[in-house]
Amino acid sequence: MNGSLYGGRSRSNAIVMGLCYAATAFGLSFLALILATLLWRGLAGLNLAVFTQMTPPPGGSGGLLNAIMGSLLMTILAVLIGTPLGMLAGTYMAEYGRFSRLATIVRFINDILLSAPSIVVGLFVYEIVVAPIGHFSAIAGVVALAILVVPVVVRTTEDMLLLVPTSLREAAAALGMPRSHVILRIAYKAARAGLITGVLLAIARVSGETAPLLFTSLNNQFWSTDLNAPMSSLPIVIFQFALSPYADWQQLAWTGAMLITVAVLALSIAARWLGTSRTTT
Amino acid sequence: MNQMPELKPDLREKIGIRALKFFYGENLALKSINLPLYRNKVTAFIGPSGCGKSTLLRVLNRMYELYPNQRAEGEVLLDGANILDAGQDLNLLRARVGMVFQKPTPFPMTIYDNIAFGIRLYEKLPKSEMDDRVEKALKGAALWNEVSDKLNVSGLSLSGGQQQRLCIARTVAIRPEVILFDEPCSALDPISTAKIEELIDELTEDYTIAIVTHNMQQAARVSAFTAFMYLGELVEFEETSKVFTSPREKRTQDYVTGRFG
Repeated sequence: MNGSLYGGRSRSNAIVMGLCYAATAFGLSFLALILATLLWRGLAGLNLAVFTQMTPPPGGSGGLLNAIMGSLLMTILAVLIGTPLGMLAGTYMAEYGRFSRLATIVRFINDILLSAPSIVVGLFVYEIVVAPIGHFSAIAGVVALAILVVPVVVRTTEDMLLLVPTSLREAAAALGMPRSHVILRIAYKAARAGLITGVLLAIARVSGETAPLLFTSLNNQFWSTDLNAPMSSLPIVIFQFALSPYADWQQLAWTGAMLITVAVLALSIAARWLGTSRTTT
Repeated sequence: MNQMPELKPDLREKIGIRALKFFYGENLALKSINLPLYRNKVTAFIGPSGCGKSTLLRVLNRMYELYPNQRAEGEVLLDGANILDAGQDLNLLRARVGMVFQKPTPFPMTIYDNIAFGIRLYEKLPKSEMDDRVEKALKGAALWNEVSDKLNVSGLSLSGGQQQRLCIARTVAIRPEVILFDEPCSALDPISTAKIEELIDELTEDYTIAIVTHNMQQAARVSAFTAFMYLGELVEFEETSKVFTSPREKRTQDYVTGRFG
């Protein structure tokens, strides 16, 4: 064995290891700082009124009820619309079109959509929904969010189905199982944890989106469940209140930001948990 | 050996392979194979990697149809009817010609459901009858004693050898006529291998069996007939004892004595 060669290798190994640890610590410390600040500032304003009262007028006190409801409603509807579309497209790409040109093209376009700035999606929906209708509406917000859900779900569905071993599909086909059965009963089942994770990640992704809602659902100071009217949402309220000079509004913005972050964190943890512990059942 | 081997008059042909050619795209992988598979006998396909033995097996249930650019020419007669006909229903064919793969592939569900699943595709049975069928299939695959008290745990929790026997049980459960084994023991330890070989022997009572194997002792142990293939051609097809003791072809002798491949 050549001692100097080996010594050099151990040295560079130690250096690269050290750099990796440093980079990890650097990244994590910012994350921890953000979380700590949010919790610190957000928890200070957390009380029952946040969940029971509407957003207040300037200088007044109130809560975030209409914004929470708006965010929940629009996110749920967007996911209900976007998930089936995304899963069907992802299923086509992984199962039927695996060897086809169309799937390659769709995958490429989907990747562009996946990384498209969400404000572009907002402007697009403004053009095709808000402008023709003539006013801002929750429907437009739902459409914008759904457009953001689709590429995430397409991607995870395809990836997760591709992870299902071909041998499992062959084994199912070898029993004389029709293709639809193989996909629905075997491939989906084997990929279930991953598919659910994809949907949860999509929810996490859109629940914090602000830009696409600015041009679509706008905001509403009052309780409104009318899909054809502007609707409040947490990100927009945070945006508006954080920029305001009023202390009460700023406090509500902190609390709202904390609520979104905690919700997204909880979803991500749920996604992780589903991804690991439920794969064998 | 391009002409049809002489049929044994005392045996009945279950599958007749006639002038079979197989293509991967432009690549000719099987060069006009002629071969009988006799009813209730085990036929082993041996030969070096890439000789086409797995390809040949995958033609018999048209597994290759899952992939584009693969096609077969010629005839494969199952009880006299050509299964390569365009009108052949693939799912019905695969229900008659079952397959067990190299790697155990239990479905991500309970042991019970792994077996009931295939049955439900073709038969609607009341619960008690289904229970019977599942039990029978597991007994048929020599697995019942090991799993009878845990039918509701995931099939993935079993050991490799048990998983492979579960796959055999699953295949047997839908009552095929032919069972194809594609190197069924290559991922298993010697004890599991012995169990599966014993099982294959018992299965000949009801089924016609084809097995691809890299293990020549295994071919010698389990099969009645052996087909030696090389570079997409069938070199020799004979009773197993003859192939291993007095092969007609030099290439066969070299291979079975370990001089190449």
